[in-house]
Amino acid sequence: MFVKQISVFLENRAGSLAGVTRLLGKNSFDLMSLSIADTTDFGILRGIVADVKGAQALLTEAGYSVKVSDVLCVSVPDHPGALAGVLSILSDHGIGMEYLYSFFRSHGDHALIIIRVDKPEEGMKALAQAGIRMLSQEDLQSV
Amino acid sequence: MECMPREQLRAFQDSRLRDVVRRVYESVPFYRRKMQERGLTPNDIHGVDDIELLPFTEKQDLRDHYPFGMFAVPISEIVRVHASSGTTGKPTVVGYTSGDIDRWTELMARSMYCAGVAKGDIVQVAYGYGLFTGGLGAHYGAERVGAVVVPISGGNTTRQLMLLQDFGATALCCTPSYALNLAEALEHDGVTETKLKVGIFGAEPWTEGMREKIENMLHINALNIYGLSEVMGPGVSMECMMKNGMHIWEDHFLPEIIGPDDKGLPYGSQGDLTFTTLSKHGMPLLRYRTHDLCTLTDELCACGRTHVRMGRIMGRTDDMLIIRGVNVFPSQIEHALLQVAGVEPQYQIMVDRENLLDTMEIHVELSPENMSDTVRELEALERRIANSVAAHALVSAKIKLCQPGSLPRSEGKAKRVIDNRKL
Repeated sequence: MFVKQISVFLENRAGSLAGVTRLLGKNSFDLMSLSIADTTDFGILRGIVADVKGAQALLTEAGYSVKVSDVLCVSVPDHPGALAGVLSILSDHGIGMEYLYSFFRSHGDHALIIIRVDKPEEGMKALAQAGIRMLSQEDLQSV
Repeated sequence: MECMPREQLRAFQDSRLRDVVRRVYESVPFYRRKMQERGLTPNDIHGVDDIELLPFTEKQDLRDHYPFGMFAVPISEIVRVHASSGTTGKPTVVGYTSGDIDRWTELMARSMYCAGVAKGDIVQVAYGYGLFTGGLGAHYGAERVGAVVVPISGGNTTRQLMLLQDFGATALCCTPSYALNLAEALEHDGVTETKLKVGIFGAEPWTEGMREKIENMLHINALNIYGLSEVMGPGVSMECMMKNGMHIWEDHFLPEIIGPDDKGLPYGSQGDLTFTTLSKHGMPLLRYRTHDLCTLTDELCACGRTHVRMGRIMGRTDDMLIIRGVNVFPSQIEHALLQVAGVEPQYQIMVDRENLLDTMEIHVELSPENMSDTVRELEALERRIANSVAAHALVSAKIKLCQPGSLPRSEGKAKRVIDNRKL
């Protein structure tokens, strides 16, 4: 099971991140998780919202380049070494990682980590077989 | 020939013009059709005074007849082709007979001699060799005067400097901006003296200020040379030691200055420099519009040469850019962008000059189709675009992705180019 991540292209100039977040906020989209990738020339805002379709429509309408992609939302015990365990399962299966970032909120006594891997289906299977809990898009309603 | 009285030169041009008009009428369907449309036969052209009766030739005409449709001789008579960038994907091709190569060599030798280059000199040719006419043109001319040629071609500054010092070049051929670049590199290395005495610089517009700077840094005479592949290549005109404009070799090229209404302008007026080739056989051209803006003067030069002089190129009458000596049209960039899947033709070209070298940055709007959540994929897209530009426009550019809708749009002609170079 995957969750849907929304990515937005940002130019590297003052106010461009503020613009997107203001637009989402004004329309009551709650960013449950957020990460920014940046290069010298541009940035990519990646985030998780409950209503992905709505957010996509809003941002596209406002002229942004938007992409929705499947990412893993992994629930890991909130103690040292837990994340390393998850990551070694992936690397043991030869699955490469593009990036990861964490949720603002926790899930019971577990932390939530968003992981984007190069082979999403295989990554999900490998983690599921190892008994790692992952959240679906619907699960996000309760976070 | 160079000091021939003007009346005599005119009579010579009259006879050569009659000859070239007859040749293109008989051998180039494009010109025969154009002349027939005007009700002209070669017999109507008696000499230079009748030049305005003849049709113009535009770069687009050469493109429409790509690759060999403008040649006036069978392909078996052609011994060399060169090509320059066209306005879109296809280049503009020119063909030379062995006689053409010989005449070009002679004119480049004349130009070299004009700069004082002779047997005993060592000429470092740092123009690019290949389809571009700069390298081979300078090469043949320097050989013809009996100088030693160092055919190093363009680029690789470290190697240029090493050979410049080790071989003791006395003359340097390259673009003026590259000459400045070499001068600064020498200064940086603490080299205060070289054997250089003269530079033959061209292929891009430059200024008196740049001349002064190059001359002071390298302790040489920096002379301006002009040419374009369509007309022949370098050596269409060359500055003498008076440094007061470039002598157009009028026994081979008939220049005109054309105004915005397509009418010829008198000496001293600024307009579109236009050439009729008087001696070419492979691909003769009638009234070819260079779209370089300049003036002509027939005042006698102190050097004694009678051939008219053209002033510095003041700009273009079209949208062509010259980037590090390479001719670039915005339409070529657009064509290159459209070759990359999902890229839309919303772009802006930013030209600047950093460390004396031209830089080009192309801002391209990122289409939703090409959006990715990874930096890796977006950077790969930038590389694909840069490679396409390098392949189609023969120029390296930095690509900057922009948000959709962020680049200025205007009705009709968008402002595609921002040139921040201060010349």
